[in-house]
Amino acid sequence: MRFVDEYRDPVPARSLLSLITELAGGDAFKFMEVCGGHTHTIYRHGIEHLLPESVELVHGPGCPVCVIPMGRVDDAISLAERPGVIFTSFGDMMRVPGSRANLLAAKAGGADVRFVYSPLDALRIATENPDREVVFFAVGFETTAPSTALTLLQARAREVANFSVFCNHVTIIPPIKAILDSPDFRLDGFLGPGHVSTVIGQRPYRFVPARYRKPLVTAGFEPLDILQAIAMLLAQIREGRCEVENQYSRVVRDEGNPRALAVLAQVFELRPHFEWRGLGFISQSALRLRDDFAGFDAERRYELPGVRVADPKACQCGEVLKGVIKPWQCKVFGTACTPEHPIGTCMVSSEGACAAYYNFGRMHREAAVAIGSKA
Amino acid sequence: MCLGIPGQLVTLDGTNPHLAVAEVSGVRRTVNIGLLEDERLQPGDWVLIHVGFAMSKIDEKEAERALAGLRLMGRAYEDELESMKASLEGS
Repeated sequence: MRFVDEYRDPVPARSLLSLITELAGGDAFKFMEVCGGHTHTIYRHGIEHLLPESVELVHGPGCPVCVIPMGRVDDAISLAERPGVIFTSFGDMMRVPGSRANLLAAKAGGADVRFVYSPLDALRIATENPDREVVFFAVGFETTAPSTALTLLQARAREVANFSVFCNHVTIIPPIKAILDSPDFRLDGFLGPGHVSTVIGQRPYRFVPARYRKPLVTAGFEPLDILQAIAMLLAQIREGRCEVENQYSRVVRDEGNPRALAVLAQVFELRPHFEWRGLGFISQSALRLRDDFAGFDAERRYELPGVRVADPKACQCGEVLKGVIKPWQCKVFGTACTPEHPIGTCMVSSEGACAAYYNFGRMHREAAVAIGSKA
Repeated sequence: MCLGIPGQLVTLDGTNPHLAVAEVSGVRRTVNIGLLEDERLQPGDWVLIHVGFAMSKIDEKEAERALAGLRLMGRAYEDELESMKASLEGS
């Protein structure tokens, strides 16, 4: 229990852990935390080692940087290397490896790649550089997609003709469904993502209990939030209930943010298919610009290689993203693949399971082994 | 990029109802509040900000909890703040 002392408020943590232990009894449970932010909290605070041995957390696909396939990074680099283009991207994407290089290397090689905090910064760069073509590399789940949508609406209203978006926005429900449908997988429930749910609300998750008979509890990002959500999942199971519950109701509303959903529907439509790194093609799992915004769509404006590239053989990000293996079980973890020289995407983003484990988790695990606690 | 950072609204933009100035960890920047139009936000209100857009209204207690949690995240939070500051310099 030594790690509990790190929490700002150890008393509720201890009582939640006792409750979890009591509810779990002698049975084994496996819950998936869908969101990379949760993975980060879990490793940062050594939560896995506080839980009773019978309660296991597995990491899910909710890291948007991690799921972008190599071919899309290659497309981004080819856009960045076009003469006259200013290519703008969130900092998280700069070190994600493509098949030959990453955006940082493209920048070092002379491409005008700039990292931005907000899509609005990219739009501003476009208005300040009317003689250049400015492309924004849009990534993220429903958390960031409304921001891209509002930026596109502004670009259209202000007729910023030299601005376009390379859209790689993905949606959270299809990968959850893909994981539920995968035949080799046993899960007892989900910790639902926090910030995505502020946009989509709780309704889209109802199919999880209704069709798959698995409970889902939307959780906040603090250690106590995670522990409470686990206790809520176990309580549902013990009471014979199977529902969508909201542990993070202080931020997430059941109906989500209707205005954000309306903006998404106005600007984007679902792609028939999109490739996810490690997970393969998932139907209707990503967004593209509607025809009304064709002029702002980098994929229609420019010729892109669009070549599908297989993940490196040594990299097991796919297994990590599906929760089949833990980061340290990957053959190249911490040796060939480190945050400084990542092979796989999970090692790039701070929300990637491998980077979070590399930076924080392994110390907790080593300490747990040393004191003879759960390893 | 996925991190929601709490900010407190300082002033609303008199000419554009979608814009407000928020203070985030001691830094002031313009944020877009268009997605929270229905909340009738006022100076002093707290919001969670993602990539320059306020995505949800929160209370002060939640803002404190979220900030404490973010500080514990270390580098990821520092990187996000840095990129936010860098984006201000260009504005």
